[in-house]
Amino acid sequence: MPTWVQLVYLACAVCFILALKGLSGPKTARSGNILGAIAAVVACVVPFIYLRDDLKHIPLILVAIAIGTVGGVLGAQKVQMTQMPQMVALFNGVGGGAAALVALLELEHMGSSTPWFDLAATAFTIVVGSVSFSGSMVTFAKLQELITGRPIVFPGLPIAFGGGLIASLVLSVLLVNDPTVLVGVVLALLGLGLGLLLVLPVGGADVPIVISLLNAFTGLTVAAGGYVLANTVLLVAGTLVGASGTFLTLLMASAMGRSVANILFGALKGGSTLGAGEASDRPVKSAGPEDVAILLGYADRVIIVPGYGLAVAQAQHTLRELVDVLIDRGAKVDYAIHPVAGRMPGHMNVLLAEAQVPYEQLIEMDEINGDFKHTDVVLVVGANDVVNPAAKTSPGAPIYGMPILNADEAQQIVFMKRSMRPGFAGIENELLFDPKTTLLFGDAKDSLGKLLAAVKSL
Amino acid sequence: MNESIVWLTIFVLSVFVGIEVISKVSSTLHTPLMSGANAIHGIILLGAILVTGTTDSNLALVVGLIAIVLATVNMVGGFVVTDRMLQMFTRKKPKKVSTGSTGEGSAEGKAA
Repeated sequence: MPTWVQLVYLACAVCFILALKGLSGPKTARSGNILGAIAAVVACVVPFIYLRDDLKHIPLILVAIAIGTVGGVLGAQKVQMTQMPQMVALFNGVGGGAAALVALLELEHMGSSTPWFDLAATAFTIVVGSVSFSGSMVTFAKLQELITGRPIVFPGLPIAFGGGLIASLVLSVLLVNDPTVLVGVVLALLGLGLGLLLVLPVGGADVPIVISLLNAFTGLTVAAGGYVLANTVLLVAGTLVGASGTFLTLLMASAMGRSVANILFGALKGGSTLGAGEASDRPVKSAGPEDVAILLGYADRVIIVPGYGLAVAQAQHTLRELVDVLIDRGAKVDYAIHPVAGRMPGHMNVLLAEAQVPYEQLIEMDEINGDFKHTDVVLVVGANDVVNPAAKTSPGAPIYGMPILNADEAQQIVFMKRSMRPGFAGIENELLFDPKTTLLFGDAKDSLGKLLAAVKSL
Repeated sequence: MNESIVWLTIFVLSVFVGIEVISKVSSTLHTPLMSGANAIHGIILLGAILVTGTTDSNLALVVGLIAIVLATVNMVGGFVVTDRMLQMFTRKKPKKVSTGSTGEGSAEGKAA
């Protein structure tokens, strides 16, 4: 490899570091992302220059890149902001799959003279890349509601998973001793199975953390692939993503008050008993939009708790209008943003920013939690688990230990709900049956529209 | 110095850099950061190009081309989707609207 190529790769690696650094600050995030994109494109163009006489199949390669580009751009442009998490999962999965395929192809050039560490790294890439691929596809299916979001557990699952893990270790050792493509293919299939078994038992509410974890997996896979191909930019970029992804996973898990092991294997122990997941017939207090309008219209302090249901109903814009009217009437109104509101940490901020809600009205949980007891009305729109007191009071609940918004401390709580169906975590919310709570049933957008009209006519 | 040790050194230092650069990220940016990091590992496209361009077997060529398509989707899609998300953060804060009708106008074309 010529020196200039190595220098370009070094520059690209530095750009990736700066890209990640940029992505972690609100002002620099966009330029960070663009810098990363430029570095990635430059790194991929380089082999066409320095290997121009040795590289075969260039037209076919370019066609494949064109197909991938069209697919990627179309997917990224058409996806709605509410479906962002499953799109990230999908992109992550195909990346893991690509890494596993690259390692399989590398295996072809390997023999008994290949250093054992290279072969071990190849085996790692094949297995973990496949896990990332199939795991991501399951998370995609769960979030897209192609399959149930509830944990899927069957008897013998832990044994199958453990067996698969041992089998892949044994086969990896076999591969190191005698590298053949056949063993590699079997390893890939095992990896695919392990990915399924790893993610199926994870409950819907925890899926975002799994996406982050699989993202880190793919990063490490790419790093190992970089080692096998003796390519620094792959090694550095993959390791960066692997390390930061692992760290981010831990951050997210701690925001939910859970450990990663508990999220992955909690359902297997059978200890976390999920609720019935069905509508309850206990009595609740419900009201029409006019009654709720009076509550809101004469309140001095209002806190909005937005949830994923708000975004699904595409009601962010109507909500923002309602808040504007309430502010004009002299109320102090803020949005309380739970760290995991939406489907991923920070997802709700994206959704509200899309509706042009001013940034300063979005208050994070730790800052606003003290305000609830001085609040006249809390309006919960399409959220459930993030205000469920069970997280504080019932140790058996799957969300026990997750920090929640203290909506229960307010004078009045208004829930806008489509039905009595429990939230994503599948557990009943005691707050719904609280005497201070009023329910406003209906589609969020529809109800907010009526509420807006009613408040305006006060 | 042994060449493997050089690689190991790069790996270990990258781990620390990876953790260090994102240690102060606010929860607001977790989603775009995850998505951006996701796009960066699409650089496996480079590896896919290298192995596909140096193979002689037809089967390997097909597998390599599939890998290229997948890796490109990861890389291009990842960066584009992250940019779409971040666009919303960096947009200028709109002036507070006083009437509902103005709000309606500024919201056009957003919901779809």
